[in-house]
Amino acid sequence: MAKITVDGRTFEVDDSDNLLEALLGLGEDLPYFCWHPEMGSLGSCRQCAVVQYMDENDERGRVVMSCMTPVTDGAILSVQGEKASDFRESNIENLMLNHPHDCPVCEEGGECHLQDMTVMSGHKDRQYKYQKTTFNNQDLGPFIGHEMNRCITCYRCVRFYGDYSGGDDLAAFGSRGRVFFGRTEDGVLENEFAGNLVEVCPTGVFTDKTLSAHYTRKWDLQSAPAVCTGCSLGCNITVSERYGEVRRVHNRYNSEVNGYFLCDRGRFGAGYVNSDDRIPYCGIRDANGVYEATSAEDILSHLKTLLSDAKSVVGIGSPRSSLEANFALQTLVGEDNFYSGLSAVEAEIASLQLQVLNSDLKTPSLAEVEDCDAVLILGEDTTNHAPRLALSIRQAVRNEAKDLAKEARIPLWQDAAVRKLAQDAKSPLFVLTSSADRLDGIGTGIRLSSEDIALAGINIANGIDGTAEDDADIQSIVEALTNASKPLIVTGSSSACPEIVKAAVNIATALSKRNAETGLLICTDEANTLAAARLSEKPFPTTGADVAIVLENDLSLRVAGATLDDWLAQVTSLVVIDSLDNSISSRSSLVLPAATFAEAEGTYINNEGRAQRSFGAFKPKGDIAPAWDWLLRICHDQNLLTGVEQFDDLLGSIASANEDLAGAVDAAPNAAFRVHGQKISRMTHRSSGRTAIVADVSLHEPKQPEDNNSALTYSMEGTNQDSPGGMKAYTWSPGWNSNQSISKYQNEISGSAGEGTRGVKLFVDSSSQLAALETSPGGNSSAVSVVPNWHIFGSDELTNRCEAIHSLAPSPYALLNSATASKLGVKAGDALKLAAGEAPSLAVMLDDSIAEGCVICPVLEETRAYLHLPTAGDGLLVKDESWTPPADAENIISSDRSS
Amino acid sequence: MIGALISQIRTLWTVLQHTFTPADTVEYPAKPGWFGVTKNSTKVGPYLAPRYRGRIVLTRDPDGVERCVACNLCAVVCPADCIALQKTEDENGRWYPEFFRINFSRCIMCGFCEEACPTYSIQLTPDFEMCEYDRQNLVYEKDNLLIDGPGKYPDYSFYRISGMAIGGKGKGEAENEAPPADVRSLLP
Repeated sequence: MAKITVDGRTFEVDDSDNLLEALLGLGEDLPYFCWHPEMGSLGSCRQCAVVQYMDENDERGRVVMSCMTPVTDGAILSVQGEKASDFRESNIENLMLNHPHDCPVCEEGGECHLQDMTVMSGHKDRQYKYQKTTFNNQDLGPFIGHEMNRCITCYRCVRFYGDYSGGDDLAAFGSRGRVFFGRTEDGVLENEFAGNLVEVCPTGVFTDKTLSAHYTRKWDLQSAPAVCTGCSLGCNITVSERYGEVRRVHNRYNSEVNGYFLCDRGRFGAGYVNSDDRIPYCGIRDANGVYEATSAEDILSHLKTLLSDAKSVVGIGSPRSSLEANFALQTLVGEDNFYSGLSAVEAEIASLQLQVLNSDLKTPSLAEVEDCDAVLILGEDTTNHAPRLALSIRQAVRNEAKDLAKEARIPLWQDAAVRKLAQDAKSPLFVLTSSADRLDGIGTGIRLSSEDIALAGINIANGIDGTAEDDADIQSIVEALTNASKPLIVTGSSSACPEIVKAAVNIATALSKRNAETGLLICTDEANTLAAARLSEKPFPTTGADVAIVLENDLSLRVAGATLDDWLAQVTSLVVIDSLDNSISSRSSLVLPAATFAEAEGTYINNEGRAQRSFGAFKPKGDIAPAWDWLLRICHDQNLLTGVEQFDDLLGSIASANEDLAGAVDAAPNAAFRVHGQKISRMTHRSSGRTAIVADVSLHEPKQPEDNNSALTYSMEGTNQDSPGGMKAYTWSPGWNSNQSISKYQNEISGSAGEGTRGVKLFVDSSSQLAALETSPGGNSSAVSVVPNWHIFGSDELTNRCEAIHSLAPSPYALLNSATASKLGVKAGDALKLAAGEAPSLAVMLDDSIAEGCVICPVLEETRAYLHLPTAGDGLLVKDESWTPPADAENIISSDRSS
Repeated sequence: MIGALISQIRTLWTVLQHTFTPADTVEYPAKPGWFGVTKNSTKVGPYLAPRYRGRIVLTRDPDGVERCVACNLCAVVCPADCIALQKTEDENGRWYPEFFRINFSRCIMCGFCEEACPTYSIQLTPDFEMCEYDRQNLVYEKDNLLIDGPGKYPDYSFYRISGMAIGGKGKGEAENEAPPADVRSLLP
């Protein structure tokens, strides 16, 4: 700690910070541009100037850039003094010389850091009378707009894109007044985290095209703190609505999970909420097989008789529905008749994960991943299956650089210096996958078939236990892991191979005997896989029933065609609760319209066992209701869960029925929670148009809908300022309209953003030790095996329903090396068929970097169920003789940017 | 006592005097005001200053294109919250409102929207004759608001000054702009 004097007042601050962090932490309004809490200092914008004095007798002082100046004990500073503020005002005037006078038509307007800082610095009149520099823009793809004229050359974009997230197709070009940030030519930004440029850019150079398509200013958005349902990591997001549509998703800071950044699937993938495929009404199929819309009362009474007449009822849960909905369904049908609705493979992996979480093995959070100094990835395509984790792993390999900097006594916020010093020095990272991985560039990529990855894993575990290994690769992995102070093993279900996960568990078990800091992270397919797996170990029923209730689950993604058809034939009445029309709802006899994550509250348990509460931004239209609400009403008709009326009651019954899930109650404050006696507002205090929005229909303004299930309101009444982090509907602070206002709520810069932000880790009872698991990998069999290949855009069921995401999804392909191709008797331009007869054709592409015996297939709506078949032997793949390549055959995997 | 009596008499006298002074109020609309505007020598209505804050219009720029860029500043400044609009853009990137609605049954004619408008699009006019028997008719959509001329500011065109490229105006063609930089040049 150090004592510093700021404008005559003395404070104690952390001496490992730079002055800017310290001053912002003290709540000073000090303008800055190029410094970013996560990316450190660069000193390129010169905006954060303050005056530092030698001692009490120094009257002149000198201007220093606070972001480049370490905190020193006894420092005397002037922040708001005339000299410092005059410097900042003239500096911002310089930065604004070429600014194009287009705030009214800029998507950043109203939440622009440059606007805020200009107002804060006091600059208003442009005195420069010469011409403004202009630039031509580039087309950067369906997500991000480009308007270079607005640039103030702070270099944040290239530092995030290149240095932080490892992209290499965005750079600074040109010299002097012509510095240009873009690609060498028009084209889709390749990096999976490019969307963060929208938030990282302090002005409107990079803007959100999906928002611009139905643009709303920040002050008009009705927002709620939600949890992303795009993968199993549970990143925190702010989802925002206007005129009954989801308009955008922004990052919501959580120091333990996603920090300041999201992946593009999460950020741009919420558009399915507005899809035309939404199920708008309750429906019953009539005698002619045609769906008829009915009222909620009618369908509930119909369902009541249906259930009381039924001899057998089964319920199939969902890994993408809330914990509450799964629990309500389990209660309705009874524990024995409830199935998790996972694929057989995913269920096996999830049960392994639950064993790991209930053992003494350490499961790190994403923030803890960034501290790991050796990472081994076993058969998990992090970038496409759990994208935000890949960004954390990219920071983990920098620990070597950070160690070097610490040795050289360079503070870590000196970003450029730390990177220059380290050059290419990286902490060890080993990526064992079947096809090229995006992380290969920062580590050692090893290509093996799934069976061989599992075998290699067993050998590594043996190597750690002391058995000598011949293989040089395995030897070096064992050495790196045993030498590390915080080793991390990452695995998951992306290869759909439980043997790999078992091998990874064994490595972690072996390693944690030597090093208690060993972390093991298992990624599953969906946002709430763990909740579904925790409630039932049985994935899918083998026999039919009179009534089957399917909760938010497109079973055709998890159960292969013939098996599913057989089961459906044995079901008399199929009841589906879902938000989007899919292949199951189209075969049902009764459908209930469910709310999406953007319209409902729910608890999601992420892959590290963290329970987080998600809130809806708006009330869904008509009879659409949260799935848990439908199930609760059905339960009441059956005299179940009586007395449970609201969300909190339901959560309470979950806690009393399941001790290990009790922590979920504390994931967020309950509906009775108040801040200064008020609820928390979802709208900003300057939300506009209240008396005109529905005036075209009726002048009589309807009452705002009430929210009895949470402490949030669907109105501007209430408070947002002092609400706890996990309940903050949006971030805003006086003078700070942009998302940079988050520093006003953190207890220290990049620290926790107030209470309740982090969620609650469940399964914390870690007394049991995990014994080494029995493994039985197939080994180097001659059979060809199918390896699922996840795509950040296209593999996820719901986000793929967004137009922008879908435009980047691949068509079905089969990627294999030439030896495997000749074994199967195919060549490039041919096609293969999975499980002859029913599955789609896969266009054959040759790539000799693929391990022999592997056929890489994309995880898509049409292929997914087949890729999860537990055995992949001979005869699974056959040449499709009737195949004719589509017209745009060359572009077939244009978005498969990893290969 | 005497003083009070005089006061009473003076009051009566003043009231009596006003019986013969011309009225400041006008029997509107039955009789046109004596200070009214004339058209073909007939008095047609009360005189209103050009800056009178009456019925709101949306104007067009000197090129005849609608000025509104759907920036939402009028809506956010409106104390009655009676303006709602939605931005959309044409194929060349020009922003304009998809719909623009003013609920005049709520409007208080404060003119803040006009002050906030960065493009001189929204303007208040010296016209207050907009009563309706049905309140619903006081909801004006863009069709009802948009006029054919530039209103009080005949010369201003936002897009000629702003750096945003639109159809017919590329980068570097706005006021005081240099042609687009050649980013591949390394010349000093």
